[in-house]
Amino acid sequence: MARMMYRDAVVSTIAEEMERDPSVVMLGEDIVGGMGTPGGPEAIGGIWSTSTGLFGKFGADRVIDTPISESAIIGAAAGLALSGKRPIAELMFADFIGVSLDQIWNQLAKFRYMFGGKSRCPAVIRMAYGAGYNAAAQHSQSVHQILTGMPGLKVVMPSTPADVKGLLRTAIRDDDPVIFLEHKALYGMKGEVPDDPDFTIPYGHARLARAGQDVTIISSGLLLGFCEAVADKLAAEGIGCDVIDLRTTSPLDEETILDSVEVTGRVVVVDEAPPRCGLAGDICALIANKAFASLKAPPEAVTPPHTPIPFARELESAYLPSADKIEAAVRKTLSWR
Amino acid sequence: MQLSREALLGAYRRMKVIREFEERLHVEIQTGEIAGFTHLYCGQEAVAVGVCDHLSVDDKIVSTHRGHGHCLAKGCDVNGMMKEIWGSREGLCKGKGGSMHIADLDQGMLGANGIVGAGAPIAVGAAISLKIDGQGKVAITFSGDGACNQGTTFEAMNMAVVTKAPCIFVFENNHYSEHTGFEYSVGTAKDIASRAEAFGMKVWRGDGTDFFSVYETMREVLDYVRAGNGPAAVEFDTERFFGHFEGDPQRYRGKGELERIRETRDCLKRFRESVTGAKLLTDADLDAIDAEVMDTIEAAVEAARAADRPTPQDVLTDVYISY
Repeated sequence: MARMMYRDAVVSTIAEEMERDPSVVMLGEDIVGGMGTPGGPEAIGGIWSTSTGLFGKFGADRVIDTPISESAIIGAAAGLALSGKRPIAELMFADFIGVSLDQIWNQLAKFRYMFGGKSRCPAVIRMAYGAGYNAAAQHSQSVHQILTGMPGLKVVMPSTPADVKGLLRTAIRDDDPVIFLEHKALYGMKGEVPDDPDFTIPYGHARLARAGQDVTIISSGLLLGFCEAVADKLAAEGIGCDVIDLRTTSPLDEETILDSVEVTGRVVVVDEAPPRCGLAGDICALIANKAFASLKAPPEAVTPPHTPIPFARELESAYLPSADKIEAAVRKTLSWR
Repeated sequence: MQLSREALLGAYRRMKVIREFEERLHVEIQTGEIAGFTHLYCGQEAVAVGVCDHLSVDDKIVSTHRGHGHCLAKGCDVNGMMKEIWGSREGLCKGKGGSMHIADLDQGMLGANGIVGAGAPIAVGAAISLKIDGQGKVAITFSGDGACNQGTTFEAMNMAVVTKAPCIFVFENNHYSEHTGFEYSVGTAKDIASRAEAFGMKVWRGDGTDFFSVYETMREVLDYVRAGNGPAAVEFDTERFFGHFEGDPQRYRGKGELERIRETRDCLKRFRESVTGAKLLTDADLDAIDAEVMDTIEAAVEAARAADRPTPQDVLTDVYISY
């Protein structure tokens, strides 16, 4: 086991897979960083440092620095994938999906079905998402809500460096398009990561981050850590929480969710996306439909309010679900007898 | 004209297959037997064939919503195409794509497209892939004058130049984007090729109703791109014999316009006049092909009618996540 940061798990996994498989190529704006400037290539290495050193190692044919042209980046990834390559496209900020949505939604996601199963589209689209940086409304969004609702996409949200390693390796080796969402507030998180070069995590298998008998807390990404902290605090009071890290929102691990709720009868779903037509509501509906008889309290959803993301520190803090809000929701489910 | 007799017969046959395929669709659509939206390519056959006759199966093309001609010219099976448009499970895409979304990766045909302008970035990606492989292959994106106003086309042209991708932008200017005239929709630009020129690409222009103009122009374009000079663009001036979609009453056309272009700008007619005038082929040679093609299309329609229909269970095949 090596100890590394979330961002280093990204770059090392890409490097290992590019080494292993010559068909893996990477493209995105500034992923080399400094192309055409006096400072020269690799003056930056990607704004998140998730591609540092790759250009020097693999060259311009496989690490393709692009103009700011999101539609062309994702479209080119689609063309590369249909032509036998395994592209990893970087969108820099998840908020930019809007600029390139046709290529994600009408192209990549639909090829295999629309072409009668005769094409594979092994493209990974990586993007940094999430609030916590006071980056305001156009640079802080959680877009899994939108992308999970699109048939034809796999959607991944790693919460730890080890999950980055295992889930990104699966994404790169996958024959279908994968949206890989990296939380920008987690890039500096450190953790143990398995050394096995074939360590992969299959999709649709949630991780039980904490085990308990009383309440099920379901989350992913940055907020998973908040949920774990709440579970640890409540454990001292003798309240046991199952904390489920979804890992992938599509496919969704319904079995782990339902098994847990059948034991606890109480559930809090914590999500960073807006409340309407989103993941939290979707999971609450799943539970109401398939585990109704086990429920001892109404399912609770903890999400931001239905507003754009504000800028000021105080406002962003008020916007984001906090440990306090999660704890209050857990106690509310316990207040039902 | 340096083409052999066989090459000439083959080119005429391919153009005639597209023409009859679509003329027959035009008739069959009236009966209500074919569902959905269909956009006919008739009138533009010389472009598809004049371009694709230079390509091998390893060269890639990306097509448009008006894609039947490109598909057939690139080698997609006539019966598979007809069955697909009929919505049969025996169709090229098992009846899941229909007219606007036919693809055949085995033929290097990366898909028609229901979204105007969406194909160009995909072709750039395919071209980057071919450049990495280093075999001198190219990717071609067909776009109309409508797509030349989409941002994706501009992004793709710039990206192709930046990455020196062996991508060829073939603009088929048929003067109408849907129901809007070219002179209106492209603003002050005198043509489409000049836009590509502005991105730093070498450009060519040709008469898209003349097979030989297309064929010879494309020879030059392909020599240039296969030699590793990066992307290029070519604009062919052409004509659309039918409406934007089947059922379009074409009220936007000028009086007598359709009759005039059918009379003077029909690429099949021009081909016939050209090769018989030069005594390269006889009317009898071409009539024989016409008869053979009619039989081919008749057989394809009969096969499509008789082909298996999809079952409700087929909705759930070719997916990778099921709920």
